[in-house]
Amino acid sequence: MTNDQMGVNKPADASAASAAAEAPMPAGGGSRNMANSARAILSGVARWEVLLVIILAVVVWWGTRISPNYIQPDFWNSLNFGASVSGTMEVAIMALAMTPIIIMGDIDLSVESMVGLSGAVLGTLFVAGIPLQLGIPIVLVVGALGGLFNGLLVTRWGLPALVVTLGTLALFRGLCNVVLGTSYVSNFPSNFTAFGFGYVPGTDVPWTLLTFLVLAAVFCAVMHYTWIGRQIFSVGKNKDAARYSGVRVARVRTAMFVVSGMVAAFAGVILALRYNSVRADNGTNLTLVVVTIAVLGGVDINGGKGTIPGVIIAVFTLAALQSALRLAGVSSEYQNVAIGLLLIFSVITPQLARQLRVLVDRIRQSRRRPARDPVPGEVVR
Amino acid sequence: MIWRIARSREVTLAAVLIAVAAFASVRAPNFLTADNLVLVTAFAAIIAIAAVGEALVILTKNIDLSVESTIGLVAFVVATVLKQHDMPVPAAWALGIGLGLVLGMANGVIVTIFKVPSIVATLGTLSVYRGLDFYVANGHEVNLVDLPAGYSDPAHQTLLGFQFGGIGFSGIPIFVILAILVVAAVGMALRYTVIGRQFYAVGSNAEAAAVIGVRSRLTVFLAFSLCGMLAGIAGVLWGIYFGTLYASSASGLSLQVIAAVVVGGVSIAGGSGTVIGAAIGALFLGLINNELPLLKVPQEWLTLVYGAVILVAISTDALIQVRSQRAKARSRVR
Repeated sequence: MTNDQMGVNKPADASAASAAAEAPMPAGGGSRNMANSARAILSGVARWEVLLVIILAVVVWWGTRISPNYIQPDFWNSLNFGASVSGTMEVAIMALAMTPIIIMGDIDLSVESMVGLSGAVLGTLFVAGIPLQLGIPIVLVVGALGGLFNGLLVTRWGLPALVVTLGTLALFRGLCNVVLGTSYVSNFPSNFTAFGFGYVPGTDVPWTLLTFLVLAAVFCAVMHYTWIGRQIFSVGKNKDAARYSGVRVARVRTAMFVVSGMVAAFAGVILALRYNSVRADNGTNLTLVVVTIAVLGGVDINGGKGTIPGVIIAVFTLAALQSALRLAGVSSEYQNVAIGLLLIFSVITPQLARQLRVLVDRIRQSRRRPARDPVPGEVVR
Repeated sequence: MIWRIARSREVTLAAVLIAVAAFASVRAPNFLTADNLVLVTAFAAIIAIAAVGEALVILTKNIDLSVESTIGLVAFVVATVLKQHDMPVPAAWALGIGLGLVLGMANGVIVTIFKVPSIVATLGTLSVYRGLDFYVANGHEVNLVDLPAGYSDPAHQTLLGFQFGGIGFSGIPIFVILAILVVAAVGMALRYTVIGRQFYAVGSNAEAAAVIGVRSRLTVFLAFSLCGMLAGIAGVLWGIYFGTLYASSASGLSLQVIAAVVVGGVSIAGGSGTVIGAAIGALFLGLINNELPLLKVPQEWLTLVYGAVILVAISTDALIQVRSQRAKARSRVR
């Protein structure tokens, strides 16, 4: 994964950039091109995504040590890596939609309640005799409206996204409770539930995984290769600068909340079909996992930085870890502890690396200290 | 002057609170009974104490999502040591409060020394602390019969009650007195001490605060530590109030605590608000919690009303701000 593949994100990753700056120049004779390519490779290695791939490899290796069934022979079934991946797809697609929101410096805590609400609406429509072909588009519209509500409160009234979505976290869950009450809906038609836990005919690929990969490709293309992505990153780095250069900041932010709402509603549909049941508590506590995936994938919670490929690798890392823990006999409560620790660790590590680099820089600087004392006001790096 | 008081969040909220209470007492005669009032205010007091701690953190422009796990863990640990180790009750309480302090300090270290954004750090410790709770519980629960006799009584006891002729006053619940003491102590410290003012300074502009010599990282660390300690107190009270404890006790409570702080007028952007507001916010939410069933509103509507209350509270804030800015702009033109 070189910087070129990341498109617009090239300057976004400060750690990679400073790592490149530190790359030792070839000692004499090396052409400028060679120096540049060496830098590119080094900055590629220093990327968070690469570290993440290494973590993933370690976890998979650990998984195979616990149980030989971990990746073989029955890849997509039973308690192995594959099953864990296909069971993570709802949060995975929500993490894709969360990425641009966090990059722009916002956050959407309400996604888990939208999962519940969309399931509730779908189930209620189904009981009322409306076929799923019609119910699913209606549910997606509900999700878009919920996202629009979030987006308008954030951009029109200038309210912090954290509080607004905390409010709608309760509001959407409340609507879900009101719509569904204590009842539950089950027995969806089998040709639809097949989408939830079936495979693409003739292959071992679950439909949900295929859906995620398609969505991931779309998000990756849009975020890293189009003007929309460029606008999102520019909003995340500096809202005022983005506005002065012609980005309609409010519109972009609102649009991303709408996308997030729709994707969450779609995740609710997948969850309903996979469980073949809809209850008022569908999707509770998923926001933690969604935000964890995004942050683990290298998205800066303060905005401005992040890549879709990073988030994709984080999805697989988390799924690998979950299934390895499950094989090791760790219960789901303790799996959450592992996820929580991973979340903190994923932020601390780059931080420590950066501090170490500053320390190394300072030592190096002190070695070639200038002969004269610095002039007052002069910046000594 | 009067206009300023009327515009302050605490006063408007208190007015709305009284109006809602009056409405409830007219519509549901059960509301104004002494037993019910003690029930409502004692639980609101627990939330209020946690909300005071959360307000300290939010004042410094951070957030602590892990309070619910701290409350749950402390409540369970206190009950467990009472059940299994025959520890004297005050010692168990002290242990619980100390545990809360340690958990808060851990949050503070992650945020200030390792520089993890507080929302990420406490999202992580939210599940880590809950995991510890499950580890301690090990699949068991603690029931009231496992605890010393009369352990849950303080939740229903009142002080300062009197009977004078035909007029009776059943007194103020112990929990409420405790909450008032906490609010008064923290509120005074915030208003009249140097360290207290530094919380506001760090929250409104950390860089400017650093320039004038405020040690902002120390202040943030202090905020998280105090928040953990107050959550510890809330956890002890939670154990007394419910008596029966599970590993999942108090889950989902963070939303209620943060909602109380936000409804109480503390700005999530840091640097403005009071702990009295946060406490009144807690009382307001507790009142709604209690009133809806009395008014025969189905339980399902509760979460919906909570969400609506949060959104209405922050939206009115925004509207008032926009209005006052426009008014200022207009007066400047003249």
